[in-house]
Amino acid sequence: MTVNTKNLLRAGALVCVATLALAGCSPSSSDDTSGDTAPANTLTVWVDAERLPALQPATAAYTEKTGVKVDLVSKDNATLKDDFIQQVPTGKGPDITMGAHDWLGELVTNGVVSPIELGDAANDFLDVAITASTYNGQVYELPYAVENLAMLRNADLVPEAATSFDDMIARGTAAGVTYPFLVEQGVDGNPYHLYPFETSFGAPVFGTDASGGYDATQLEIGNAGGEAFASWLGSQGKNGTGVFNTEITGDVAKTAFTSGDAAFWLTGPWNVSAALDAGINLAVDPIPAPSTNAAAPFAGVKGFFISEQSKNKVAANDFLVNYMATEDVQTALFESGKVLPALKASAEAASSDPVVAGFAAVGAEAVPMPAIPAMGQVWQFWGIAQAAIINGEDPTATWQKLAADVQGAIG
Amino acid sequence: MRTSDTDVSPTRPSKKQHRAAMIAEAASGGLRAILVKIALLGIVDAIAVYGLLILFLHQQWLVFALVAAVTAVVNWIYFTPGKLPAKYLTPGVIFLVVFQIFVVGYTAYIGFTNYSTGHNSDKAQAISALMSSAQERVPDSPAYAVTVLDQFGTLSLLVTDPNGKVSIGSADTPLTPVSNAEIQGGEAVGLGGYTTLSFQDILARTTEITALTVPFSDDPNDGALRTNDGSNAYIYLSSLVYDEQADTMTDARSGTVYSDTGDGAFVAASGEEMLPGWRINVGFDNFARAFTEEGIRTPLIGVTLWTITFAALSVATTFFLGLFLAIVFNDMRMKGRKFYRVAMILPYAFPAFLSALVWAGMLSESFGFVNQVLLGGAQIPWLTNEWLAKISILVVNLWLGFPYMFLVCTGALQSIPAELEEAATVDGARPWAVFRLIKLPLLLVSVAPLLIASFAFNFNNFNLIYMLTGGGPRDASADVNVGATDILISMVYKVAFTGQARDYGLASAFSIIIFVLVAVISVIAFRKTKALEELNR
Repeated sequence: MTVNTKNLLRAGALVCVATLALAGCSPSSSDDTSGDTAPANTLTVWVDAERLPALQPATAAYTEKTGVKVDLVSKDNATLKDDFIQQVPTGKGPDITMGAHDWLGELVTNGVVSPIELGDAANDFLDVAITASTYNGQVYELPYAVENLAMLRNADLVPEAATSFDDMIARGTAAGVTYPFLVEQGVDGNPYHLYPFETSFGAPVFGTDASGGYDATQLEIGNAGGEAFASWLGSQGKNGTGVFNTEITGDVAKTAFTSGDAAFWLTGPWNVSAALDAGINLAVDPIPAPSTNAAAPFAGVKGFFISEQSKNKVAANDFLVNYMATEDVQTALFESGKVLPALKASAEAASSDPVVAGFAAVGAEAVPMPAIPAMGQVWQFWGIAQAAIINGEDPTATWQKLAADVQGAIG
Repeated sequence: MRTSDTDVSPTRPSKKQHRAAMIAEAASGGLRAILVKIALLGIVDAIAVYGLLILFLHQQWLVFALVAAVTAVVNWIYFTPGKLPAKYLTPGVIFLVVFQIFVVGYTAYIGFTNYSTGHNSDKAQAISALMSSAQERVPDSPAYAVTVLDQFGTLSLLVTDPNGKVSIGSADTPLTPVSNAEIQGGEAVGLGGYTTLSFQDILARTTEITALTVPFSDDPNDGALRTNDGSNAYIYLSSLVYDEQADTMTDARSGTVYSDTGDGAFVAASGEEMLPGWRINVGFDNFARAFTEEGIRTPLIGVTLWTITFAALSVATTFFLGLFLAIVFNDMRMKGRKFYRVAMILPYAFPAFLSALVWAGMLSESFGFVNQVLLGGAQIPWLTNEWLAKISILVVNLWLGFPYMFLVCTGALQSIPAELEEAATVDGARPWAVFRLIKLPLLLVSVAPLLIASFAFNFNNFNLIYMLTGGGPRDASADVNVGATDILISMVYKVAFTGQARDYGLASAFSIIIFVLVAVISVIAFRKTKALEELNR
């Protein structure tokens, strides 16, 4: 019965797997990372893998000060939000997670985050950071960094900043490179990167209510300014000047700018190191406006959220409000990430770096990206309409259809 | 199958049979085999006992019982003589249950719930989340420095207001001024008769402290003090009132009453839902939505047709190319067959999603290798034209899929006895007739089930679609977020996971519909292939 030996091996392997799998299914097995079985003075914090090194020394200092152990768990940023939403109700989630303010609508609607009371410390943060972290009048996020687009310029090609969009194209063309100006698009468009130009024509997505939050019932995207933007976009597209091209993806733009084939590049702080590493003489300028209003990009505010199901809310609040919101920690986080800190004092200190100062200047104009759930309905139609306009569809009709589709989807 | 030829009377074994029996005896018995068996089962049982111990400590009784039962059954099967079929089948059956039936069952269960954004947890958690978000700080109220005190197990807050006035209060007694507090740095830190909690004590009693609300005065409309960190307190008023008896939420400002109407959320008379809600069983609602919701129903027919076309054409093209190459390389006169065979299998060796990404780059209109280098700078919209995108998908899938068919067909061809071909040739059959009447039917006997499996795989080939075209190109004039190359599974992904709204219930219902669809097609196809098996008789 030699066959049986083989079968036994298989059976053995499978029972191991089954046992472990079943044991793993139980909500509180021994290897979990939740707060409910851990001692009361351990905080579990989920962090974006890239930010882990920056946080480690900061949390070590906190442990020394208070005796609260901070267990940092490295997570993939792409799956962090969904994992958090799914695991908090089971009690297996962390006490605190790192995240971005535009998750707020989803997190609050799912009831997985707890409000944070900043008290008077709220005044120490940049206004845009607090506005972005507020949802339905409550602050849910402790902000630590503000990200927004700005115009990167190859100072070797164009020594001075452009004063307007047309001026920028003229200077870029005069520099004699393949691409006077680059902005990331794609077959489905990229409304995030075109938003500064849209605001310049006076067409935000939503109006705001009395408390300054976005109001889904006031859809502004289809106003006269929106149509003006659409016809301008059409004139700069395939059948016009060709400045905008849906074939320019993020990678294409990055390769072109870092190899010196482009004069201007509209992008965010995440691409700065690539440009600097390539030896580009980099300058960061305000975004040149194509129309009367300033070109205001979206601001994305990174921060920390407290789980509604945390068993350690006192420690979590103390860690965030009384420790992470201090200048030393925010500055330390900046040192590793080089993204503008959300705390005013740290932001001022960080602005001694000309690149950060450039982004901060644009950030002063930036508006928080809407976090309300209705925004999800906007994204799915917005980019595709812009891409169609760039590729020669009738601007006014396409834009009107976009507004109607979004209105229909929001209901 | 007929079994008469093996049905030999045991009383008169032939010499050959006797020898076979001896070998079988030697192989099956023996001390060594028994020892190995005991050792292996010992390992299995040790791990099971370890698992049981953990489960016992965590009081997971259902899983505990399951693991115990499975372990007992496994031991019983392998320690009792006989039961040969069970000895063969047990591992497979357990795998089937854990990795297939459980997953399908759980998906089906989710398909009957409203699990989605806003319906993420149970009712108790939804209520606690609503109440915690409803705690609104009274506008322009100051921050109060607090010290948490304990007296006979009851917690109190010792409050120093911004003017330095000290008062004390607990959950039952509103704030009352005290004069004999111990002051340190302008802040009251202790009071006679009370114990001051250290930060460690505060952490240990987190739940009590976060639940502690100290009324500011006798008037509840003045709000209550709460502390989140044990050192600062603020005056809060709740914008919601939960009535446990009536199971209703009342908006403290507008007076609107939201009640649990069985829809998985508190709903106002006007129909306005208060989110977060909670998960409930919704019966066949999700299945009904799949066929009635405008955004899904409209593209459903077109997408289903394209899915079937895509899967069928993918199977047909890969099979015939694979078969053709297999026949060519099976010919003894072909030189360097081994080299070609290895080269043929290369596409199969790359991860499919990676190949799809590489192809997406190569087919790019302005920058792709195909247009730039092969076609000398042509501007062919391979992935952005509706029909070209469909063709590109099929071509890339052909590139990805033919090595598999090539391997399978090579194996099947080599198992066809050469005598059959010789006999047919002797009987005067032309090569084409030999292939069509003898090789192909024999080949299909073994390959047909694989073709059906391949169809089912391509029916749900999400990776390729998502990586190559993302379902696009999308028609900007269409009202729904569905592109020309979207297949059912990628459409489900878009419908259920677009933007911020996750709808796991609807996605699961769709998965079940797709499962049924594939199962029906496969069953019909298997029935048809039964006819082929007759050839073997």
